[in-house]
Amino acid sequence: MTYARRAWIVLWKDLLVERRSKEQLNALLFFCLLLLFIFQFALGPDREQRAAVLPGLLWLGFVLAGLLGLGRSFLAERENDCWEGLRLSPGDKSAIYLGKLAGNCVLMTAVEIILVVLFGVFYDVDLWTPAAPLALVLALGTVGLAAVGTLFAAMTTHVRARELLFPVLLLPVQVPVLLATVSATQTLLLGQPLADAAHWLKLLAGADLVYVTVGLLTFEFVLEA
Amino acid sequence: MIAAHQLRKLYGGNVVLDGVSLTVPGGQCLALLGPNGAGKTTLLRILATLLRPTTGTLRIDQVDALREPERVRPLLSIVAHGSHVYEDLTARENLRFWETLRGGDPAPARLLSALTEVELDNVADVRVRTFSAGMKRRLALARVLLGQARVLLLDEPFTGLDRRGRKWVNEFLLGFKARGGAAVLATHSFDGGLGVADRVCILGGGRVLVERPAGDLSPPELHRLYESLTDSAEEAP
Repeated sequence: MTYARRAWIVLWKDLLVERRSKEQLNALLFFCLLLLFIFQFALGPDREQRAAVLPGLLWLGFVLAGLLGLGRSFLAERENDCWEGLRLSPGDKSAIYLGKLAGNCVLMTAVEIILVVLFGVFYDVDLWTPAAPLALVLALGTVGLAAVGTLFAAMTTHVRARELLFPVLLLPVQVPVLLATVSATQTLLLGQPLADAAHWLKLLAGADLVYVTVGLLTFEFVLEA
Repeated sequence: MIAAHQLRKLYGGNVVLDGVSLTVPGGQCLALLGPNGAGKTTLLRILATLLRPTTGTLRIDQVDALREPERVRPLLSIVAHGSHVYEDLTARENLRFWETLRGGDPAPARLLSALTEVELDNVADVRVRTFSAGMKRRLALARVLLGQARVLLLDEPFTGLDRRGRKWVNEFLLGFKARGGAAVLATHSFDGGLGVADRVCILGGGRVLVERPAGDLSPPELHRLYESLTDSAEEAP
């Protein structure tokens, strides 16, 4: 019970700080809009060409937005030595990781919903019919991205070149998640049933399980390092 | 309560602490004096289990703090330059956050009582971003009150405080000692804090130059001793 309360209070604090400062959300929304405009100009009006690259573009948008958002997720802890306060707090430190991960997932989900809606409008794609299976793919992909992103954001918080190091560390580890999400999204956007992407979903779920477990087990060492 | 023996800390080839030993029983306050770079903050961070010494032993409340830092952390509280406050939360929300994270009881009445004790109850729902340095320090001390820490480590607690603020921190320390707590206060100024200290330890070049009961020396004598010892420590190769 205490563990859940500790994870919840970290999530509550992160969402409250974000609601008040709006630092990440504003930057991410502006960034997403910019991406959409650039893609629109780059791809032109050819519907077939767009349909082939749309899943990749959608996830490129999520990953780039994720890099921006996740990389900043521990900046509040740098102020006023709050990082040390977290270190000194007694109890299992993985609760802090879980709270941070949940906060990042909420933020990324908010950005993804907006981005998906804008994609549908900008590129005239029917995202409503496959909405439920697409939501499942997005949820699994978000957890995978956020699980590693939260851990690496913590690792690079005190590094001087963190903006450079964070994507360099994150992207290679994300290859299984990106492969699975892009392929599953493509299957759904081509109008095929979710069952056709079952093997990708299994890979995604497996990767999520591994990443979250590694994050929970190693966060204490990252915090103490 | 605190028993440190032969603490030594090396950063690369630089000796930052060189065989520092000190003891602070419950109900007492040790003032660590020393110029910038004397090793005060490093020593405090080791006592707070935030930093591991290269060699030496540290026991807090009979527990080996280097081997089992998680066991002693519930007893510890550190108030340093940063104060562990989130600027975008209110004073009440900050206390609620840290108290829940500590596994304590964040009941509204308890939080308000702690804020009242540090005279911040009238700004309980104001964001910390608007607080002065003194108010942030008082909020950090409210966290100490809630946490029921038995060891309090303060790094330059009087920096940026006016006379009233210094008096307030002194009174807080007296109350903390009266409840049986052990306090270590690191400072390079003589402006405040020495009145509540039971012992004074002068650090220079990472070594304890002298440790005496605070009552043995008058403030001018202490000042002269400090100047002569730290001058000679800085001149030493």
